[in-house]
Amino acid sequence: MDVINSPFFKEVGEIARFTGRFFKQIVKPKQEYEEFINQCFWIGYKTFTLVSITAFIMGLVLTIQSRPTLVEFGAASLLPSMVSVSLVREISPVITALICAGKIGSGIGAELGSMRVTEQIDAMEVSGTNPFKYLVVTRVMASTLMVPILSILAIAISLYGGFLGVNLKGSVSWSLYWFQAFDALTFGDFIPSLIKTFFFGFAIGIVGCYKGYNSQKGTEGVGRSATTAVIVASLMVFILDLIAVQITDLLGLT
Amino acid sequence: MEQKDHIIEVSKLNKSFGSNQVLKDFSMKLVRGENLVILGKSGSGKSVLIKCIIKLLEPDFGEIKILDQDISELDEDEMDLLRKDVGFLFQSNALYDSMTVRENLEFPLRRHWTLEERENKAEEAVMEALEDVGLSHTVNMMPAELSGGMRKRIALARTLILKPQVILYDEPTTGLDPITGREISELMISIQEKYKASSVIISHDMNCIKMTSNRVIALIEGRNYRTDTYENLMKSTDPKVSEFFR
Repeated sequence: MDVINSPFFKEVGEIARFTGRFFKQIVKPKQEYEEFINQCFWIGYKTFTLVSITAFIMGLVLTIQSRPTLVEFGAASLLPSMVSVSLVREISPVITALICAGKIGSGIGAELGSMRVTEQIDAMEVSGTNPFKYLVVTRVMASTLMVPILSILAIAISLYGGFLGVNLKGSVSWSLYWFQAFDALTFGDFIPSLIKTFFFGFAIGIVGCYKGYNSQKGTEGVGRSATTAVIVASLMVFILDLIAVQITDLLGLT
Repeated sequence: MEQKDHIIEVSKLNKSFGSNQVLKDFSMKLVRGENLVILGKSGSGKSVLIKCIIKLLEPDFGEIKILDQDISELDEDEMDLLRKDVGFLFQSNALYDSMTVRENLEFPLRRHWTLEERENKAEEAVMEALEDVGLSHTVNMMPAELSGGMRKRIALARTLILKPQVILYDEPTTGLDPITGREISELMISIQEKYKASSVIISHDMNCIKMTSNRVIALIEGRNYRTDTYENLMKSTDPKVSEFFR
């Protein structure tokens, strides 16, 4: 009984209830399209630069680091194939999600937390606007949509970084690089990778909103909401990734 | 017939936080057109009371009727509609700090006005509310650019934009200097005259209470200890009441 009443399980239960409330609200009529578009802009466009730079460096570094091992086995020509499979299946989606957990999760947590402690959320409620729908549903939806889009862009940019990495100590033409990169890929690599990013985006949005929406104890609480939103969202990304890998393995898509 | 004159009726309201019982069988009635002040010490449950009235907090027990509607029986949408008639001025003002003054004032219209109404009449309504509080020049400013007194006025303008039948004021003059506090009290009186709105005012600012109240409830130990006019309460020899006037 003590285990069930522990703060950890209470928190898990509260997040589950918060998620249930999200699904209940999303099917209710009168959607906040304007705020949703606004959030897509903030979450997507404003995170794009950070994701792009990281993705480019990731592709470049992975190629540079992998080359010596492949050269040792006389398989340097497999470099584009190996890099593309790694980036598409795992590295780009997960790193993009972690960047989003840091930037979006903390941003949402701090914003909603600040609104909670300054009674702005209560003010929305007394004005007749459903604050859950206006603030939470729009942010979670935007995050769920934008993380996959950012992830696709990150894959493209990291593959370009890989092309430059391959050509730093070798010479592979533009067309040959892309031919080899895509030749190694199947839909079984791309589709599961894309699907899991929707779950990453949803988890980041829901955790950020939950932490911010339930923020307490003034400015100290706002800081705590932002920090714990990043920690929990990052952890969720890894847990979901583990589950996704197990499922793809079970379905024989690995 | 007399029932219809009561715009808010609270009966035997109880509210606890853990083992701390804040409100104990609290009852009150707000008559249409009057300014009713709730006077009490800090932590006596004044703000909890008006948050229960507007359903920001759920009472443990008791009945609250607004415009003859029992709010415990209203679903989310019905309560949102009722809130059109009940304005709430927060102690912290609660202005949306990422929005301009205009957007702050337009925000409550999103739920209660159609798109066409908003396109045609919102500008006029915003300017009228701002003129009522004497701050029409701030329409494009951000809340962070305003002084404390100006923020209070803008928050009041936002409350007025839907022309509510009743306004709940949570410590409207707290944190303001005496001159600004007096200006806010005068503004509350002029608004009552113009909009014919009834008010529940939570306060322990004696100047504000003296200026604005028609009746005063002394909220002591979670109960409606005594209801009377400011003048009669001031003359009271009951030590629990007279300590407010020392």
